[in-house]
Amino acid sequence: MLRFVLKRLVSLWLSLVVASVVIFLFVEVVPGDPAAYMLGMNAQEDTLNALREQLGLNGSLLERYLSWVGGMLRGDFGTSYTYRTPVSEMIGERMWISLPLAVFALALSTLIAFPAGIWAASKRGSIADVSVMSLTQLGVAIPNFWFAMLMVLLFAVNLRWFSAGGFAGWDVGFLPAMKSLTLPAVALALPQASILARVMRSSLLDTLGEDYIRTARAKGLSRRQALWKHALRNALIPVLTIIGLQFSFLMAGAIIIENVFFLPGLGRLVFQSISARDLIVVESVVMLLVFAVILVNFLVDVAYALVDPRLRVRS
Amino acid sequence: MKFMTKLSTVSALAMTVASGALAAGDMTVALQLEPPHLDPTSAAAGAIDSVLYANVFEGLTRFTSDGSIIPGLAKSWEISEDGLTYTFMLAEGVTFHDGTTMDAEDVKFSLDRARAEDSANAQKALYAGITSVDVVDPLTVKLTLAEPNGSMLFNLAWGDAVIVAPESIEGIKQQPVGTGAFKFGSWVQGDSITLEKNDAYWGTPAVLDNVTFKFISDPSAAFAAVMAEDVDVFSGYPAPENVPQFEADARFQVLIVDTEGETILSTNNKMPPFDNVMVRKAMSHAIDRQAIIDGAMFGLGTPIGTHFAPHHPDYVDLTAGSNYDPELAKKMLAEAGYADGFKTTLKLPPPSYARRGGEIIAAQLREVGIEAEISNLEWAQWLEQVFKGKDFGLTIVSHTEPMDIGIYARPDYYFQYDKPEFQALNTSLEAEADPAKRKELAVAMQKMIAEDAVNGYLFQLAVPTIAKAGVVGLWESAPTQATDMTAVHWKE
Repeated sequence: MLRFVLKRLVSLWLSLVVASVVIFLFVEVVPGDPAAYMLGMNAQEDTLNALREQLGLNGSLLERYLSWVGGMLRGDFGTSYTYRTPVSEMIGERMWISLPLAVFALALSTLIAFPAGIWAASKRGSIADVSVMSLTQLGVAIPNFWFAMLMVLLFAVNLRWFSAGGFAGWDVGFLPAMKSLTLPAVALALPQASILARVMRSSLLDTLGEDYIRTARAKGLSRRQALWKHALRNALIPVLTIIGLQFSFLMAGAIIIENVFFLPGLGRLVFQSISARDLIVVESVVMLLVFAVILVNFLVDVAYALVDPRLRVRS
Repeated sequence: MKFMTKLSTVSALAMTVASGALAAGDMTVALQLEPPHLDPTSAAAGAIDSVLYANVFEGLTRFTSDGSIIPGLAKSWEISEDGLTYTFMLAEGVTFHDGTTMDAEDVKFSLDRARAEDSANAQKALYAGITSVDVVDPLTVKLTLAEPNGSMLFNLAWGDAVIVAPESIEGIKQQPVGTGAFKFGSWVQGDSITLEKNDAYWGTPAVLDNVTFKFISDPSAAFAAVMAEDVDVFSGYPAPENVPQFEADARFQVLIVDTEGETILSTNNKMPPFDNVMVRKAMSHAIDRQAIIDGAMFGLGTPIGTHFAPHHPDYVDLTAGSNYDPELAKKMLAEAGYADGFKTTLKLPPPSYARRGGEIIAAQLREVGIEAEISNLEWAQWLEQVFKGKDFGLTIVSHTEPMDIGIYARPDYYFQYDKPEFQALNTSLEAEADPAKRKELAVAMQKMIAEDAVNGYLFQLAVPTIAKAGVVGLWESAPTQATDMTAVHWKE
């Protein structure tokens, strides 16, 4: 198990190095001078130069890459060109919205998907199965930002149960803060729950057809007992893969949802920074997202090994 | 010595406030864009002024909502006969929000900082004509100019010339310290900025206790926030198509706010075939302004025939000279040698006036045989390619700086209009202080650029402000980008 984890850790680091180079190059070759953006149409050349100097934009590409990566290794993500505050501080602040939102959405989608998938699989072909399947089909098809707008119209504009967006802040209290994350989390969770429920169902049906289930049934277990005791654990592998992928989708997919609900999260930060050519913020936040995705995949790999001992041995 | 009229800020504001009973309390104002930082003197971002101008920071002079200039921190001033020396008498008892006194030294510091060698002031050029700022006594400051400048009082009213203190300059981007009727409270980045009433204000105090600015750029989110009454005011509402719905709803009032934004079809005057005045004139007849206003702006906006704001007293309506007449346009193109039309580029920045307007203009130009190939750019790209690189045929942009006809006197400015006669007129205008003569010059300038059809003049940008019915005292036109909350209050 230790060797397995070590091997995965090495590939994690390699992925990070490659990602950092790609991100840096992509962001740096995008046309648009941050200083010109900040000073606007009446700025003079000497003013622009003074600002570029202040921002450290005059160094060579390699110098800038090394200082960026070197800084990150020390936990220093640089200073935002536009906001002039440390990027790590900005990320830290916004993380407290994006991360809870992603976890909230993930929890919601799992809570909906597991029972729905299991229920549908255990009653294959019944009305319950058909309705779960058609509802989830709909859930996959509906774009989440459109669904978000509908919810805003219903719950914020008409019923006034929720505010239309914005974030109450954690200092106001846990419940008001969670309340402002509820509609966005539901909007994010809906398509994810639909996919997850379908995967859960089909994976469970696959394992229910395996020989060992027939054996278990032959030993005298009821269909229900066989499902809970033997099939479910084996059906979890593909489901875990999807959950791992979904977490990254949730972090990234929040860009749109955060704009619909004007939540000051990481997604909105990236969006604003790209248009303001706040390159250092874009680089660092994207790097962080990549790190989160790679880390989650790593954890999922480890979770596979825990769920399925065969993987440990094979690797 | 000439003595300028004195107009007291205090009494002007008092009049506004006296009408209608006052109700204090808090107000939430939504804006589209969040300021990148909070120093109006070192960035072009209008969003900074939208939050801080007049509220937190004040200059020697200031704009009122009708565009006139009234005293700010300078209660009066004298201009020498030759127009080269301005002596400002400062208001007494003014303190910064950190408790320190505002005096002539601070004025000198602020103006010297704006015009310094390493200044990052976005409007540095406006203050370049100042040769020295001298402290006469704690309440008197003397400005000396290299040449007479009729716009100096106007230039000093810009947000870029507000008075800041040397002791608080270090943290100004995060913790702005000004002299205004509101002081900075807190900033939840990405979400909101809260201002608090300044109880030690030197002039007429603000009515509201707290003002929270919230930043919502997505049009559908903006709609929901107003409809759900999450915000009390939305200044610069992003979706003009919703305006009729708000007008019909008794809960809201709609203000159509005139801005300083001359929205033009900028034309690269050095690039063939646009270097031919006949081609530019032909284009001006190919464009149906009203169709663009209706189609792109849902009817909001005033047609313009030159680069000047229609609400300005010196404006002349020249739209008739470039009336919509596609047949005439075709004839003129043929005379210019382009009977079969030509191909060009139309590079559009992100705002909806440009993106929507661009589609309509491209269709109108196609009618007369001009193929304009549209490409959509982000602002940073636009600044690089169009504004700096001058690599464009046509573009659409709203020039939001107040009273900016002087850009036509700069041959290296991105549309590259180079005409010595115009430059001479502009030099005279800058030096002239007499209003009647200024008007004469301004009119001549407007006519010259209209006759040369330097750019396609489309419309004066108007933005809707949606407010709850009980909100009183908002600006009804916007001579500068600002959300002046100092006189705003709730109706009883």
